[in-house]
Amino acid sequence: MIRFDNVTKVYPRAAAGTAALHRVSFRLNKGEFVFLTGPSGAGKSTILKLLYMDERPSSGEVKVSGYSSMEARRRDVAKMRRRLGIVFQDFRLLENRTAEGNVAFALEVIGTPANKIPGRVSRALAQVGLASKATALPKELSGGEQQRVAFARALVNDPFVLIADEPTGNLDERASRGIFQLLRDINASGTAVIMATHDLQLVRSSEFRCIELNHGEIVFDSADSSTPLALGAD
Amino acid sequence: MVAVRTAITAIKNAPLLSALSITTIAFSLFAFGLFGLVALNIRNALQRVGDRVEIRAFVADSTPVEVLAIIADSVSRYPEVLKVDVVTQDQALERARQELGEFKDVFDGNFLPASIDVKLKPGARDPKTVQLVANRLRDYGIVDDVRYGEEWITQLYRLRNIAGVAGAALGLAFAAVAVIIIGATIRMAVLSRAREISIMRLVGATDGFIRRPFLIEGSIKGILGGLAALGLTYLAMRLLGQYLHFETVFFDRRLALLGVLFGALMGLMGSAVSVGRHLRQV
Repeated sequence: MIRFDNVTKVYPRAAAGTAALHRVSFRLNKGEFVFLTGPSGAGKSTILKLLYMDERPSSGEVKVSGYSSMEARRRDVAKMRRRLGIVFQDFRLLENRTAEGNVAFALEVIGTPANKIPGRVSRALAQVGLASKATALPKELSGGEQQRVAFARALVNDPFVLIADEPTGNLDERASRGIFQLLRDINASGTAVIMATHDLQLVRSSEFRCIELNHGEIVFDSADSSTPLALGAD
Repeated sequence: MVAVRTAITAIKNAPLLSALSITTIAFSLFAFGLFGLVALNIRNALQRVGDRVEIRAFVADSTPVEVLAIIADSVSRYPEVLKVDVVTQDQALERARQELGEFKDVFDGNFLPASIDVKLKPGARDPKTVQLVANRLRDYGIVDDVRYGEEWITQLYRLRNIAGVAGAALGLAFAAVAVIIIGATIRMAVLSRAREISIMRLVGATDGFIRRPFLIEGSIKGILGGLAALGLTYLAMRLLGQYLHFETVFFDRRLALLGVLFGALMGLMGSAVSVGRHLRQV
């Protein structure tokens, strides 16, 4: 479903010899939940960007649901992203649109027929527990609620995988737990989840697979017994 | 339809920026329009002067009228020739009396030569063709002399060419400036919606979908700017006409429409460049 084969990524303006990722290989299976951890600059966000093909590998290949980083054109990437759900630490909502307007936006811009939009938006908002706040503007919502709107937007297209880049990074402890529970629920309904996080407490307390990165290399993968390093020495 | 709605909403949501864009487009096109109008008027004036281009082949006094008629007939078959008139000695005298009224008493007797007067077709009034036809007339044995105002025809055409080239060069320069200005204003519009565009891309909108509203926005601004420029040009022409007492012609309906369409095209091109650049960067 998702495959990284020997992926190296060097950003054009990086100092000579410093790769953001170095020969990284792993697979993510259907419906799996995986954490990406590691210190800042370890390569977590680069992996996610390669996954939704915002960046292309310098060498190696990324394959996402049949789309290859070596062949996909811009148009293919747009099509592929319709099957992904992506959320960020900073929510990335449109301030002048209500919660439901933000969710509907994701359907409008890919040409979903207008009569099918309201039903799907309501379902997505209900799924994240925000049915009652559908008409609120982002500034009228708490951080946790805004992140839930972003989740609803990511889910409204029924993605096969949800990509979350530090989704709890801007939230307090309680809101973070709520979001994590939401991610578990989403995963339980069959959607794969790949989540980058600094929150080792969260990772340790859960039973999910964990890939730890450092200096652009995988130093630990709980699904792979050949990388026996313990999770985060800190 | 969604793209048109989005474009109109975008213009409404940023009235000041839109007004600025439309005004700059209008003024660029206005400058373009003024040059166009000047070129058009010079062209018209030259055309009127060009209508008077005429070759006169003076013939020997003893030539019988029948011979003149035969030569005139064969000259009228030249592909460049519009009309041939035979002017006898008597007619030449009559004409001189009419044209130079104050000397009419001086003209007496048949001292003016008869001539074959040749008018050329509109496409054949350039110096080269005129000379060519003149030379062919000279080849007739009975023709003593051929006159066609060599000097002024050459000057006239030089003037026309300079006006044409200057008009086209300045027009193109102004058009380029207009495209750059439109590009810059659309770039501002693009940047003010950069967040929206990045989200669109994340959720899988195609480049074409993202681009469309901006292209429509640019075209609408181009059309509005074009219409405003047309109004301004018309006003300027009326004012100039009033003060300079100079008879001018305005663009006909086809040219006016072409001007507005040109505005739309510039708006479209400016937008395409701006959005294309932005999409390549993100």
